[in-house]
Amino acid sequence: MNETTRTKRRRLPGVLRGYAPLPDAADELMQPDGRLRSVWLPLIEHLARQDKDARAQRFARGDQYLHDAGVYYRQYTGAGSTVRDWPLSHVPVLISEAEWRELSYGIAQRADLLEAVMADLYGPGRLVADGHLPAQLVAQNPEWLRPLVGVRPREGHFLHFLAFEIGRSPDGTWFVLGDRTQAPSGAGFAIENRMATARVFHDLFPDANIERLAGFFRSFRRSLEAMRPGGEDRIAILTPGQHTDTYFEHAYIARYLGFMLLEAEDLTVVDGRLMVRTINGLEPIGVLWRRLDSRFGDPLELDEDSAIGTPGMVSALRSGTFSMLNWLGSGVLEARALMAFLPRISEALTGEPLRLPNIATWWCGQAAERDYVLASLERMMIGPALSTRLPFDMDASTVLGGQFRSTAYSSVKDWLSLEGTTLVGQEAVSLSTTPAMINGRLEPRPMVVRVFAARTSEGWTVMPGGYARIGRTEDPTALAMQNGGSVADVWVVADAPVEQVSLAAGSDGPFVRRMPGRLPARSADNLFWLGRYVERAEFGARALRAYHLRREDMGAVTVPVIDELADFLDKRGLDPAAAVPEGLLDLFEQSRACAGKVRDRFSTDGWNAVDDLAETARGLAAVTVAGDDAARAMSVLLRKLAGFAGLVQDNMFRFAGWRFLTMGRALERGATIAGMLAEFSDPEAPHGSLDLAIELGDSVMTHRRRYSVGTNRLTAIDLLALDTENPRALSFQTNLLREQQALIPGREWTTQMEDVARRIYAIHARLAVAIPEDVSSAFLREVQAELLAISDALTTRYLS
Amino acid sequence: MLYDIRLEITYRYAQPAGASRSILRMMPLSSAEQVPVTGLLDTAPGPEFRQDGRDFFGNAMTEVAHPGALTEIAFRYAGRVRRVAAPREMDLSCPHDRLDEELTEVQDLGPTAPHHFVGASERVRPEPEIAAFARDAASGAPSVVAAVEAVSHALHAEIAFDPTATDVTTDPLEAFRARRGVCQDMSHILIAGLRSIGIPAGYVSGFLRTIPPKGQERLEGADAMHAWTRAWCGHEAGWIEIDPTNDMRARADHIAVAVGRDYADVAPVKGALRSSGAQETDQRVDVIPVDAAP
Repeated sequence: MNETTRTKRRRLPGVLRGYAPLPDAADELMQPDGRLRSVWLPLIEHLARQDKDARAQRFARGDQYLHDAGVYYRQYTGAGSTVRDWPLSHVPVLISEAEWRELSYGIAQRADLLEAVMADLYGPGRLVADGHLPAQLVAQNPEWLRPLVGVRPREGHFLHFLAFEIGRSPDGTWFVLGDRTQAPSGAGFAIENRMATARVFHDLFPDANIERLAGFFRSFRRSLEAMRPGGEDRIAILTPGQHTDTYFEHAYIARYLGFMLLEAEDLTVVDGRLMVRTINGLEPIGVLWRRLDSRFGDPLELDEDSAIGTPGMVSALRSGTFSMLNWLGSGVLEARALMAFLPRISEALTGEPLRLPNIATWWCGQAAERDYVLASLERMMIGPALSTRLPFDMDASTVLGGQFRSTAYSSVKDWLSLEGTTLVGQEAVSLSTTPAMINGRLEPRPMVVRVFAARTSEGWTVMPGGYARIGRTEDPTALAMQNGGSVADVWVVADAPVEQVSLAAGSDGPFVRRMPGRLPARSADNLFWLGRYVERAEFGARALRAYHLRREDMGAVTVPVIDELADFLDKRGLDPAAAVPEGLLDLFEQSRACAGKVRDRFSTDGWNAVDDLAETARGLAAVTVAGDDAARAMSVLLRKLAGFAGLVQDNMFRFAGWRFLTMGRALERGATIAGMLAEFSDPEAPHGSLDLAIELGDSVMTHRRRYSVGTNRLTAIDLLALDTENPRALSFQTNLLREQQALIPGREWTTQMEDVARRIYAIHARLAVAIPEDVSSAFLREVQAELLAISDALTTRYLS
Repeated sequence: MLYDIRLEITYRYAQPAGASRSILRMMPLSSAEQVPVTGLLDTAPGPEFRQDGRDFFGNAMTEVAHPGALTEIAFRYAGRVRRVAAPREMDLSCPHDRLDEELTEVQDLGPTAPHHFVGASERVRPEPEIAAFARDAASGAPSVVAAVEAVSHALHAEIAFDPTATDVTTDPLEAFRARRGVCQDMSHILIAGLRSIGIPAGYVSGFLRTIPPKGQERLEGADAMHAWTRAWCGHEAGWIEIDPTNDMRARADHIAVAVGRDYADVAPVKGALRSSGAQETDQRVDVIPVDAAP
């Protein structure tokens, strides 16, 4: 606020015409006298130079980036949740580097204070004993976890990664609206917002002296790596799973920083150590970045109903065998009521006042404070004392004091005196506004900024930038995305060129070729089943196409081979009467569900392809009718499936996960072909069955080229069961299995062949030495059963 | 009194269960009125990992892990406890309407601080129906202790002891509405009622020596674990223990094992395992006064 601009007052560019900040709020762009803050000038000039269409085109580039990157958020409605486009407000929020530096000092001081409070609440309890904090606010807080009292982190610190919601008050100073100490999200989204915004302003951004974000993450990663005493143990991020609204970010950050992404079922505690189940057995975790709420961390000692916790986690923490950030129970610091006491606690513990104040808060469990809230109702927001929500995120339980309506109490006074210990009043302060592009013109909208701080060996470092949330209207209560709010990048603008950093090491100098980390068993399992489901869907689509083509040709005439095929489809859960049966849609949904659980291991293209398949199938199901139309729909799906297969083949790195995907596919294909051949190559099968088998085996062209005769039983068996050059043949699959299984990184010290390997070799050998005359339907059914048994054996050996 | 106590809790699994991990709170508490003389806690089969310690409320807590496949596991405690009945004290508790003030004055978060025992806990939530019942029962009581006794007495009169009506997971409100239940339900309802009228209240798990009907032999293993309630009655009176199932203050026949906010804090066995099939559980308890032992 104290910066001034020397630019003369001049006519505002068109894009700013009518820009009128609210009378009782600060504005980020415009000073009270109507002049623009100097830090904004280059951006505004840049925007003013473009016409409306050019701007729209540039904004669309940012949106396209987000779409391609797969950034989304979940909107919760009464019925459930839907995935929505990421609501980027393209105009960033600009803050000068000098102002940011001041702010950072305040953030670091507050982070240190929170660490001290945390250490006390889980340690000696002096703050309560000395009267700085009412006992009931701690005892009644569901995030104060008694099993953690008296347990100290092995490296001495409870808090490592924090976020703060800050806003600017009408007098221009910053204040904290909420402390995010539990498992703050948003840092990954901040990077994505930055990527998109840098694309929108691709010709302005590079030389506009904007502080880069990568350095922050680099030092955070370094400090995590340094937390492992031996330097060997794994670093992992613990997520509640794909159904949480921030899962995208968990997967993103895991990929960005190169950490494992784990869910509760990946973890187990053995002899006081936290271990991850990998395809090669248990490996110790050294550092766990927790992204799920503490209460759910351990069903044995914390919330007993938690299905996303790891039994024994608290015990492992007690044993001091790994580092967790933030420490279990850190959510206790997020309660609104704490802000009523932090200013005095700061004085008491450090002798210093808070450099960065928080929103004025009064706990109504004290008579004087309660009276004050009552006397100042018009500018009070009153809500649950232990709520962790921002005062502006108004829900049914938070009200503006002046608009009190309740059926349970006749007056605010009654409410406050009877429920006072559970309530706080918070000052209804006006947030500052920042420009948002609305209908081609900039308009002021209220905003809050989420700022991130990470602990490093040199103390707290603050990310130079942040995650701004912008209100949909001028009403600050409409900030939440759920209410139509949007998000924006935050540019910290220096006076001089900034250091260009990236997360990657420098491109010159020696390099280390690292193998990707151990594969968690659950990830391998999901990739394996992705392979199986996709293959099953592909076969289903091909069989349905064959059915609908024949049905269309024959009309109402009864043909034994068609009835046989209808029966065959029915047994596989694919209703031949439907154009796109529910059973087929299920297979695409299952594929998508598997892929969704391993998004950290999947390229964006790979995920988009699986997602697109499921969506396309659904779309086709709504409009397709049986017969020729259905056959065409299946062709569309088969083409897209071929596209996915190509992506897997040509674009995916051959890490262990790829091998499981490939083995899943080969096992499914082998078992399917064996079963299908047993049915349709049987001497008793109706006329036309052999041609059908060749078609279901996707080998019509090959057969025509390879054999000089028409289809007979021996040519069909030769091509689909024994031919090692046909990628659809049975023995091709067993060969593929043999190759891939041997390449799975194993326990190097065992020289004996694994049981799974032995079975794969045996079945392959059996096919390799067979001649077509040997291959009866009974033989084929044995092969099918053995392949399914190998799938179970693989699961036991690697995937559970 | 000197007691020999045996407790055995057995789980049987239809399908072999793996990765079993349990927290046991089966060893009697140690206090001025109750001294464990000897005691041994073990499991069959034996654990691959065991760690003994104390939980937040000071209860003896043992963690055990059995990674392998299990079809049956038994958790066993056997020991001897000396129980001294505290002499009946004068009622020094404050008037009911002063308790809130006394509570606010306690600046303490230690295990015996009353602040842990107000409001909601995992198994006990505020219930207006129970609150109304407690208010009625306690009206006119001259002191907090009198109020606690009045609510306990009213509950005892209202609720029939019925081991078939509820199980270990039954919600207090459900038992209250059915007007039936066992010691666990009675204790939870009393806790909910006392907290709703501003009296901090918690749960005590333990044993009660049962006297066999006249002329009959004591049956081996026929006793069960018992539960009762404790209530904070102000600075002077502190905590008192009351048994709503038997409408009495806890005395020399009550041997306490663990204290907490409700059953979730004191369950004798809390376990997690990987299992797909059904399980059944069986509890055997013997509480034998040593003087009377054969």
